[in-house]
Amino acid sequence: MTVTAVRKDPQNLTMTVTAEFDASPARVWQLWADPRQLERWWGPPTYPATFTEHDLTPGGYAAYHMTGPEGDQPKGWWQIVEADEPHHLSFRDGFRNDDGTKNPDMPENIFDVTIETIDSGSRMTIESRFPTLEALEQLLAMGMEEGLTQAVGQIDAILASDTVAAR
Amino acid sequence: MQVAPPDFDRLFGALADATRRDIVRRAIDGEEGVAELAGHYSMSFAAVQKHVAILERAGLVTKERSGRRKVVRTNLYALLAARGLLDRYEEMWRGRFDRMTELIAETKEADR
Repeated sequence: MTVTAVRKDPQNLTMTVTAEFDASPARVWQLWADPRQLERWWGPPTYPATFTEHDLTPGGYAAYHMTGPEGDQPKGWWQIVEADEPHHLSFRDGFRNDDGTKNPDMPENIFDVTIETIDSGSRMTIESRFPTLEALEQLLAMGMEEGLTQAVGQIDAILASDTVAAR
Repeated sequence: MQVAPPDFDRLFGALADATRRDIVRRAIDGEEGVAELAGHYSMSFAAVQKHVAILERAGLVTKERSGRRKVVRTNLYALLAARGLLDRYEEMWRGRFDRMTELIAETKEADR
């Protein structure tokens, strides 16, 4: 397992995940900077992502859609806030309407990515901030969740039934 | 035991405000009443009372009797529901990291 630390803060609705890679920061940066590589990991196998626009510079814009098993295509956008190759990237991630325009009614998620050099390669830290709990719920309901079957316990069972009811 | 699912719409709305999130955090200990909670903020008692009422309706806090006083206590169950969502989000990122690792391994093999 490459994930070395996960810190969750339900009250402030942030989550920070840290992972280490046996590769240089320049190589790890390519996972974000090369849209063809990005497409191979951003969406789960059941909802692969396709990036149709991808400008990873400050103020730049990216557009993508994901294709679900039923042919449904939820669409997203990124607005790049900072990009300092190969160490730092921050961007806003939101939803787009079917016509491709930004959907201001749907919540945004703010990402802050840091890639550091360590002895064994690189350490990537990703902080995600959600404006509201609803934002998190909508994100998960969009079909981006995976590994739900691994979730155990009463709370998750209740959450799962609630998510199904909300669809 | 059958537990009614939390009202997510209310829960979302209640947690969307920074002051209310702070009240939820402080009320985990369940030692303070509304008046004591109000002492932590630069807003009026009435405003804090309103925030507590919203949290109460969302099921995030309850008012309980503690001796002769009424204290505000966080409903950890509702908070855990929020945490459950974060857990699922974590799973999503673990999947992403696994795919990133595979991708890096692939290009390494190609270099050989």
